Amino acid sequence: MTRPTPETLAHSARRARTVTEPAGDADHTTPPRAAAPATPAVRPSGPVPVSGAGSLVRSLEALGVDVVFGIPGGAILPAYDPLYDSSVRHILVRHEQGAGHAATGYAQATGRVGVCIATSGPGATNLVTPIADAYMDSVPIVAITGQVARPMIGTDAFQEADIQGITLPITKHNFLVQNAEEIPQVLAEAFHLAATGRPGPVLVDIPKDVLQAATTFSWPPTLDLPGYRPTLHPHGKQIREAARLMSSARRPVLYVGGGVLKAGATESLRQLAELTGIPVVTTLMALGAFPDSHRQHLGMPGMHGTVAAVYGLQKADLIVALGARFDDRVTGKLDSFAPDATVVHADIDPAEIGKNRHADVPIVGDAKHVIDELIAAVTTEHKAGRRTDLHDWWHQLDDLRERYPLGYDEPADGTLSPQYVIKRLGEIVGPDAIYVAGVGQHQMWASQFISYEKPGTWLNSGGLGTMGYAVPAAMGAKAGRPDTVVWAVDGDGCFQMTNQELATCALEGIPVKIAVINNGNLGMVRQWQTLFYEGRYSNTELGTHKHRIPDFVKLAEALGCVGLRCENAEDVDKTIEAAMAITDAPVVIDFTVGKDAMVWPMVAAGTSNDEIMFARGVRPAFDEDDI
Amino acid sequence: MTLHTLSVLVENKPGVLARVSGLFSRRGFNIDSLAVGETENPDVSRITIVVNADSSPLEQVTKQLNKLVNVLKIVELDPQVSVARELLLVKVRADRTARAQVLETVALFRARVVDVAPDTLTVEATGTPDKLDALLRDLEPFGIKEMVQSGTVAIGRGSRSITAGPSLRAA
Repeated sequence: MTRPTPETLAHSARRARTVTEPAGDADHTTPPRAAAPATPAVRPSGPVPVSGAGSLVRSLEALGVDVVFGIPGGAILPAYDPLYDSSVRHILVRHEQGAGHAATGYAQATGRVGVCIATSGPGATNLVTPIADAYMDSVPIVAITGQVARPMIGTDAFQEADIQGITLPITKHNFLVQNAEEIPQVLAEAFHLAATGRPGPVLVDIPKDVLQAATTFSWPPTLDLPGYRPTLHPHGKQIREAARLMSSARRPVLYVGGGVLKAGATESLRQLAELTGIPVVTTLMALGAFPDSHRQHLGMPGMHGTVAAVYGLQKADLIVALGARFDDRVTGKLDSFAPDATVVHADIDPAEIGKNRHADVPIVGDAKHVIDELIAAVTTEHKAGRRTDLHDWWHQLDDLRERYPLGYDEPADGTLSPQYVIKRLGEIVGPDAIYVAGVGQHQMWASQFISYEKPGTWLNSGGLGTMGYAVPAAMGAKAGRPDTVVWAVDGDGCFQMTNQELATCALEGIPVKIAVINNGNLGMVRQWQTLFYEGRYSNTELGTHKHRIPDFVKLAEALGCVGLRCENAEDVDKTIEAAMAITDAPVVIDFTVGKDAMVWPMVAAGTSNDEIMFARGVRPAFDEDDI
Repeated sequence: MTLHTLSVLVENKPGVLARVSGLFSRRGFNIDSLAVGETENPDVSRITIVVNADSSPLEQVTKQLNKLVNVLKIVELDPQVSVARELLLVKVRADRTARAQVLETVALFRARVVDVAPDTLTVEATGTPDKLDALLRDLEPFGIKEMVQSGTVAIGRGSRSITAGPSLRAA
């Protein structure tokens, strides 16, 4: 097998460009922060005569973009000519979906805006899934698409698609650039919109003739967004009311969502939690916002959350939601969710407050400002002698933690346990690596059995639940933080959707590591068929066990990666260690695991959180608790 | 459910109406009527939307509308302190025997005849939706050949203006 060495291809190209790369990634211990506005990274310049395409590339340079992911094609082709000479590194992906998820992974890992580029028509529509994904998880990405020339728009021209119309419901905002003079301003506005307030994807569609037109470039442009005024600072009265409740509640819980990570508020969160002694739950999007090892951490709430976290929210008399949105996977049946709780709901997006659950104390603001002001207000309460005693509450919660810890049974048929594989991966690789998951059982086990201690170390597709997210997102994360070890934990179903990006990784020198938790099935769907469809396994068997099609080791090698296989528990550690020892190529491990393992605990869809099952047929005994 | 009248001030840019109307259908709201036009500021358009909703979903849709980058301001107009009007054009059958009666009805409602043909009259009327409904009810027996109605436009009473304010100057 020949595989690129560090001297080949993009390695050397990138090394020559290190001067343009922002420093500080090597020891990325500070939380990534997405709220950095679009500040010009270059000295003011202009006006310089350029083409529209030149203006686009210069704008990207001026915005401090170091890497973009994309595929050229007819309508976007003019942009690729100035890109050829640019300091911006372009990573040529194999499918536009990969470009979109890579931009998302890059943004989630670095806190900077991720950028993807595609041509018109099918190139643009292939971006729809990752754009929808980024929208649901509030990830700042900018998608740049070519469009057919202005006179052709609306004529069903070759490779024409109304991508602005198509992405209207799945972008924070989108633009169709009407003339070349607008390009710097539109790009600056797109980056500003993507990164500030509640972050999200922004699409910029540029017709081919606009890219070809002669124009001038000057920087910085003036932003003109009169209707866009995100509220960052919370209302003092609401903060004081929240602090009063937090100092008097008997069963309070801090319900922490992804907004805390996006605001870079994790250190403040720890201070608030330790100041108040209130138990913390972190949602799937917030893993890493509060150390898993912290005594006050009850774990993840929701459909596959810990018994203590689900119970804690369910029996709370006060829920303080910080950058979380009362998603149905967290609340279960909404009208029976946390029936006794007073709700303090803080979010930067006013539309989230009261959307699903009535907020008794609504707080609009950036999570960092909100938490910092809560710390001050709670301190004032404490100084005035108002402080609640949470001893009984902690006693109940500790008892639940002890009786219903996360765990799993070894498969009776002697097959390799997927939970064991994932647990060992987390233990061997440690809390400094970035873990990226696909969607399904492996994602839930990765959320449960790997310990997340730091922000920006857990990337997944939470809201949209996009299978195929892991490989390209891991590629983007590694491109953004090349000195950090990046592991994708993927399923055999997910892996087969986007693994072609491993060719990109191999050629571009992006040595990600992929643990394929290969149970030969669409495991989560199969679990539902086991539980709710009498074990009628309609179309969930993938044949990756029975027929070994594809053979993931051979596939990995064909894609320029190292392929390893592990089929029993004794080999797990040494296989992971072998993968860790390879630093100059992507590695894929085919962990052949049993197909019958299930994700527990579980709150079945549409049922109340009171109905949580600790394991099949086992309901935790709540009723004895004197609540 | 009750009818609510929203005045939505938006940037006068292509595609803004699609963003607003798309939001309503996407979030499951039915628009009762919609009218859009320019304001005293050529950079600002005003959309008047009448929506049938309970107050809590209405709050959600207002918040979602506010998130649209091109939306500058949203005001709910209280029917007690605002003026709301629709425009109606209706082609009524009015041969020689019926014509006098039709004209009498038109006069009663302070409507106007804008076109005359041997067997029809075309009537223009403005007013509240209730008044226009009443006019149509009275014209119905003669035979309505064709009609067209605008969406409601509405404005608050008194000297205060919703288009004043710093957020709108930059638009």
